[in-house]
This record gives sequence, structure tokens and C-alpha cells, in this order.
Amino acid sequence: MLEKALRGNRGYWMWIALLMGIIGVGFLFYLQQLRDGLTITGMGRDVSWGFYVAQFTYLVGVAASAVMLVMPYYLHDYKKFGKIVILGEFLAVSAVSMCVLFIFVDLGQPFRVMNVVLHPTLNSVMFWDMIVLSGYFVLNIIIGWATLGAERKGVQPADWVKPLIYLSIPWAVSIHTVTAFLYAGLPGRHLWLTAILAARFLASAFASGPALLIILCLIVRRVTRFDPGKEAIQTLAKIVTYAMITNVFFLLLEFFTAFYSGIPGHKHSLQYLFFGLDGYGKLVPFMWTFVFLAAVGIALLLVPKWRRQENLLAVAAVAVVVSTWIDKGMGLVVGGFIPNPFEQVVEYGPTGPELSITLGVWAIGFLILTILYKVAVGVKEETAA
Amino acid sequence: MMLYDAGKIIAGLVIFAAFFTVPFWYGGGKTSEMPKLELTAQARQAGQCVEPKERMRQDHMQLLDDWRDAAVRDGNRTYTSSTGKSYTVSLQNTCMDCHSNKDKFCDRCHGYMGVSQLYCWDCHLDPTEEKTVWASTDGNS
Amino acid sequence: MGFDRREFIKIAGISALAGLGSRAAFELLQPGELEATSASYAANQGALNAKRWAMVIDMQKCLPQEGCKDCMHRCHRLHNVPDFGNAKDEIKWIWKEAFAHAFPEQESEYLAERLHHEPFVVLCNHCANPPCVRVCPTKATFKRKQDGIVTMDMHRCIGCRFCMAACPYGSRSFNWRDPRGRNAQGEPFLEEINREYPTRNKGVVEKCNFCVERLAQGKNPACVEACRHGALVFGDLADDHSEVREILREHYTIRRKPELGTDPSVFYIV
Ligand code: HEC
Ligand code: HEC
Ligand code: HEC
Repeated sequence: MLEKALRGNRGYWMWIALLMGIIGVGFLFYLQQLRDGLTITGMGRDVSWGFYVAQFTYLVGVAASAVMLVMPYYLHDYKKFGKIVILGEFLAVSAVSMCVLFIFVDLGQPFRVMNVVLHPTLNSVMFWDMIVLSGYFVLNIIIGWATLGAERKGVQPADWVKPLIYLSIPWAVSIHTVTAFLYAGLPGRHLWLTAILAARFLASAFASGPALLIILCLIVRRVTRFDPGKEAIQTLAKIVTYAMITNVFFLLLEFFTAFYSGIPGHKHSLQYLFFGLDGYGKLVPFMWTFVFLAAVGIALLLVPKWRRQENLLAVAAVAVVVSTWIDKGMGLVVGGFIPNPFEQVVEYGPTGPELSITLGVWAIGFLILTILYKVAVGVKEETAA
Repeated sequence: MMLYDAGKIIAGLVIFAAFFTVPFWYGGGKTSEMPKLELTAQARQAGQCVEPKERMRQDHMQLLDDWRDAAVRDGNRTYTSSTGKSYTVSLQNTCMDCHSNKDKFCDRCHGYMGVSQLYCWDCHLDPTEEKTVWASTDGNS
Repeated sequence: MGFDRREFIKIAGISALAGLGSRAAFELLQPGELEATSASYAANQGALNAKRWAMVIDMQKCLPQEGCKDCMHRCHRLHNVPDFGNAKDEIKWIWKEAFAHAFPEQESEYLAERLHHEPFVVLCNHCANPPCVRVCPTKATFKRKQDGIVTMDMHRCIGCRFCMAACPYGSRSFNWRDPRGRNAQGEPFLEEINREYPTRNKGVVEKCNFCVERLAQGKNPACVEACRHGALVFGDLADDHSEVREILREHYTIRRKPELGTDPSVFYIV
């Protein structure tokens, strides 16, 4: 099936070339990082995780969200998702690939990464995260490939695929839960030390992933002869709506607990993020952008009249993707380090090389996504014809 | 599976095999001539290594691995060798004390054997290097 | 392939060496076959031992010595801790932090007015329940069973910095750049080198190790030895008769953020 990715029109190849270009630039900067060390990033002893880990956290959510297609289709027999469930699974594959790469580029000793396997450490959440992420990657690639192959031949997927599909459902929940546990079990990082962090992660994931998928569906419809289906997209939109509302609700809960209890540690990070602390407020404009976009997104999604107009829906989806990215990516990761253990504010901002490497990884993700989607859509066009 | 591409596969294997053995072609002439390893006066006086020479030659990498686990992880810093002698478990302070001519000893053999530059010296101090040598290449300057 | 190219070269090369061909190759292919080990490892004789090492820092003795940095200089020099000259990349094993920052939860406008800006000596707390150890995915950071010291195996560290996120005391430093490098002016980050201790390379985390390498030689930690004012006392917390226990009995002491359940082993007399 892979040969379908080798045939495409001019636009396709230009897109591939563009991605390759971005990857190339990112790679050059990565070489610089290998030579000079992570000092070329904006991270430092106080904010010791930054942009890379932020992308990682966000993308685990995108990956997990495939379950929002798999569950209705396979568990509840919601037929309308039949055409696009593969798009969700392949999105998950590409997202997990990016997750792995973002962790990799964040490592100080990338060539020793196998130590995690050579010295398995059951009490480290990082170890479990690696297990669940790689498992999820394998599951999705197998399921996606097998179901697509069957569809091409016009037969039902083999029997062994079904159990894997069912397995992938709790597995998707696990990847984001475990990722939340990376943060939620650390004493002294008050922003993260909250029992609802995993729930927040899942809510935000089920908003951002399907929103991204809506955008992808609209693009696929425009550039290919494959139509994911109006109704499927509308159902996705409803999922995004309620997930996003839940996400914002959870965040408000955090505000309540922090500010009503008045415990300084619980307030500080939120204060820093949304209002500025001790005169520092680099992230404040971003956090209010998040608030604004979240409000716009929810409003557009909640009103059926607006949601049904696909132009407005596209705007809403972009708003949700961007706002959840700010909130869960930058805000959560960087905010957790501010103030530092000495209650001092040391700010963080990514550097040029860091941004280039980040873009490079995203481009790799999109390249994988493009190839997988090209194959999937190719098969769909073939069977439709 | 049918080997309809047998030709290509064989060609591939040949290229692979050639690639695989490049070091032999490349270093072909050298195989018989092992560079002479020099011992420091201190080593010559000691007369023997921490373990018999044969064992050292073959297993010193394993020994060093054991040493670092013993010293760093278990806190065991006294090594009693099979010859009954005791040594302080330390790469820098024991091995390199005797073999302080690293360039004419470790490096010579490694170079000959095609062992790539050891990353140990990124951290452990190389007795033959002054700090000015390694301080010269910082990416940012 | 059973063995890789290097392995192959090694075997071939060793076989060629001094004509002991078959024997060496035989041993390499069947490791252990000819091995006769009566070798053994043990702790050094004369090493300092304890069940749980701990430190008491007497700030009443320390504070009057304004500007004194003996303990820090000695520690950083002996352990080849570089000075990058900027706060972002900084590596610290033992340093000073204002009381209000070292003990943020004790912060009070009035009560601690006297202390508020006073510099306190801080270092790794060698927690009995260390979060950094809990999170490390490779056991590069571990707590020594024999004496409770939280230390690192630099050889294993992959530089993921999970431990830095986990440590509530800011006691961990990452080598953002090569400590053996030089700054833009061409000055080395390491002024003086202690040739008996390794440096680190870029990409690994490091921290105070309560001088495990010195304890093994029967010496007190460098900072304790360097302090001319007797402000740092080191001893066994599990031993009723140790000096640290004596002091803890007599004085009111505090620890940093005990409410987090980390059970720090560094105590302060204020
Ligand atoms: C007391 C001094 C001393 C110390 C300490 C010492 N060596 Fe040696 N080493 C020697 C001597 C002498 C020889 C040559 C032995 C012989 O010719 O029989 C030797 C031989 C060797 C050889 C084999 C060289 C060959 O010709 O094949 C290796 C490899 C080696 N040493 C590595 C090490 C390592 C690694 C350490 C630390 C674990 C170490 N040595 C510590 C004195 C020392
Ligand atoms: C007689 C030749 C010889 C001498 C002398 C020698 N080595 Fe080696 N060394 C080797 C060979 C062969 C290897 C095998 C590499 C492999 O296993 O791939 C090796 C591997 C190593 C390794 C493991 C490298 C890795 O990448 O895993 C270390 C560490 C090492 N040597 C240290 C030393 C030190 C230190 C000395 C000097 C005191 C020394 N060696 C002297 C032949 C030698
Ligand atoms: C990241 C820096 C780093 C690298 C790279 C490194 N080491 Fe170490 N090594 C250390 C540190 C730090 C110690 C602890 C020293 C102590 O406690 O005395 C140590 C200790 C050791 C010890 C035991 C104590 C001593 O004084 O030697 C051995 C043996 C050792 N290393 C071997 C190696 C070998 C062999 C390599 C390369 C294969 C290597 N190390 C690479 C940092 C490093």
C-alpha cells in the first residue's frame, strides 16, 4: 500500500519538499545542540523543561484522542465514523512519533536512551510512559494497517484485529494518564500536584485531538476526492464541544481550590501565568489568548447554527487547538517551574534554535501523517471508484 | 516468498559483505604488526597488572565496568585481585597512575584494534592531557 | 549477525596478537570458560561508616562569618564544579540562599525579620524519602543502602532532568554545556582541576554526594573539613551517641520543607 505515497500531484510533492526543508533546518540546529549542549535552548537550572516537553505533553493528548473515534465506532457501532476512524488512528501514530522525538531531543545524553530499557526502573513514571507510548504506537500502526488492508480487499479485518482494537481503548486512556502522572506525583510543584491533572489532561486531549482531526478532515476533503462525511465531522464537533467545556471547567476548579484556600504555593503558579508574579509576566498575554480562544471556540461550537457552518467550525477547531496547546503545552509545563523551589521567578522563553528543532520535529510528524493519510485516502478513493 | 529479485539480493549481499570487511582491506597490511606498547617506569617496577596480562588484555573493559559499579553503586573501593594484591578501585587514580602514558599504551592498542575514542575521557582526566588541551573547543566561542 | 563488526575485529585482532590466536579467540567466544576469579571487592579499610549520614548546620556560627565561602570553594574545587558565570547554566553543590527563599513556608514579615535576607547554606538534603530517586528512569540517581546517601551514577544518566523537576530543593544541576569549555573571552569554566576526581560532560545531571569518595578514604566531607568555625557537623543520625544526635537533642532545629514528606537529613540551627 505504501506505493500510494509515491504518486502524487505537484502540490503533494511541493508540500513534501517544504516539510523536508523544515526538517533539514531543524536537523542542522539539532547538530548544533549535540555539539554545544542544551545551553542553546532557553532552559536553565530553574525552568529545566521547556518547549520540547511542552510539545510532548500536548501531543500525547492528540495521540490519545483517537479513542474518541475508535470507541463510538467499534463499541457503539456508530457507522458514520467508519470512514474516518483510520484518520484518527494514523493521527495517533504520527503524534506518538513526535512525542518520542520530542523526548529524544530533550535528552542530554540521547545516545544512552537505551539505558531506560537496560535498567528498567518500575518506580519511575518515565519508564511506564515509555512502555505505554511505544505500545500505543505499535497498536495503532498494526490496527490501522490491518483494517486498511482489509478495506482495500473489500473484506472484514482479520479476527485477531478486534481484540487489539478493544485493547487500544483503555490503552489510549493509559498513555495520557501516565503522562499526567509524570507531573502529578512530584512534591513541591504545586501547579502539577493536583489529583485532577490526569482528568484535565484527558479532557483537554479529547478537545484538542478531535479538533485537529476536524481540520484535517476539512483539508482532506478539499485536496482529495475522499469525503470524510459531513455528519461524522459534526459528531466530532460535538465531542470537541463537551470535552472543551469540561477542560475549562476543570481549570476553574483549580482556580477555586487555589484561591479560596489561599494557600500561597497553590496560588503562585496560577498567579504567574494569568496575572504575573513579582513583576514578571511573560506568559500572561499567552494565557489570556488561551482564555479568549477557548471562549470563542466554545461559543462557536455550542451554538448549533454556527457549528453547522463548516467555515465557522474550522475557526472554532483552530481556536480549540491553539488554546489547548497554550494551556497544556506551554502554560502547564513552564508554569509548573515558576516560581522555582526558592519561590523566585525565573522566566523562560524558547530560543531560535529551540524553535527550529521543534518545528523540525513537527515537520517530521506531518510528513508521517501526510504519507499515512495519502495511503489511507488512496485506498478509500480506490474502493470508492 | 519468491526470490524473483535474487540477482539484486545477491548483489546487495556482496556489497554488504564488502562493506562489512572494509576495515580489513583498509588496515590489511597492519594485521601482523601490533604497535609496541610502552610501560611506564612505575608499571615496570610493579611488574604486573592488577590481573594477569592475558586476562587484562581480554577483559579489561569488563573489569572497568565492574569497577565502576563497585565503586559508584556499591561503595566498594578495594579490589583484591586473583593474584592476592589489593588495589584502590579507580580508573583515574589506579589504572592511569601506572599507565600514565595513556597515549603510548591504551590509545596505541585501541587505535590498532579500531576501538573508537573512549568517551570515558570526557569526564575522567586523561593523564597525558593538560587542561588547556581540552578546553580549546567550546562551541560557543 | 551474532556479533557486530567491532566484536569481530576485536577477536581477529586479538588472535593475531603475539600468536596466542586460538586461546584468546576461544575465550572471547565463550566468556567465562577459562575464567578463574578469586578476585573480590570490599569497602575500604578505615572508611567512615554510618547507617544514615546527616548534617547539622549551625547558622548561629555561620552567619557571623559574613562573606565566608570556604565550604563552597572547597567543595566546588575538589569536585571540579565549573563556573559558567551565568545563572541559567549554573552548577551548584553547596551555596547560599536567603532564609526567606530557603524556607519559603516560614516566611513572615515580622517573626523572621532578623533572618529574612540572611544567607543560609544549602545543599542536597539527602532525603530519606528522595523524590529524585523515585523518578529516575535508569537508577542513575539512587540512595545507598548502607548509609542513606543520595548519590549519582554519572555513567547511567541520560539527562532527562526528571529529577530536577522532582527535587523540591533546587539541589540538582544539569550540565547545559561542556564544563571543560571556555567562555567567549577564552577563560576556562574550570579554573583549577582536581586530577583525582572526574569532571562531568555536557548532558548529565549532578549534585552534592556528601563526598562519598572522601568518606571511603576515611575523610569528612570537604565542606565540613573546610569550615573553620565548626558550623557544619556531620555524623550518623541512627547512632544515639553521635555528635549530630547530641546537637539535635540540645537545640531546636528546622529542616527545609519537611511537610513534603521527603525526610531531609540536613538540619539547621537558626
Ligand atoms: C601497578 C601498576 C598497574 C596498574 C595499577 C594497572 N596496570 Fe595494567 N599493566 C601493568 C603492567 C606492568 C602491565 C604489563 C604486564 C605484563 O607484561 O605482564 C600491564 C598490562 C596491562 C594490559 C595489557 C597490555 C598488553 O600488553 O596486552 C592492559 C589492557 C592493562 N594493563 C590495563 C589496565 C587497566 C584497565 C588498569 C586499571 C583497572 C590497569 N591496567 C592497572 C601495570 C599496571
Ligand atoms: C592490548 C590492547 C589494549 C590495551 C593495551 C588497552 N585496551 Fe582497552 N580495549 C581493547 C579492545 C580490543 C577493546 C574492545 C572494544 C570492544 O569490546 O568493542 C577495548 C575496550 C576498552 C573499553 C571499553 C570501550 C567501549 O566502548 O565499550 C575501555 C573502557 C577500555 N578499553 C579502556 C582501556 C584503558 C583505560 C586502557 C589503558 C589503561 C586500555 N583500555 C588499554 C584493547 C586494549
Ligand atoms: C559523565 C562523566 C563520566 C563519564 C563519561 C565516565 N565517568 Fe566514570 N565516573 C564519573 C564520576 C563522576 C565518578 C565518581 C567518582 C568517585 O566517586 O570517585 C566515576 C567513577 C568511575 C569509576 C570508579 C571510581 C574512580 O575513581 O574511577 C570507574 C572505574 C569509572 N568511573 C570508569 C569509567 C569508564 C571505564 C568510563 C568510560 C567507559 C567512564 N567511567 C565514563 C564520571 C564519568
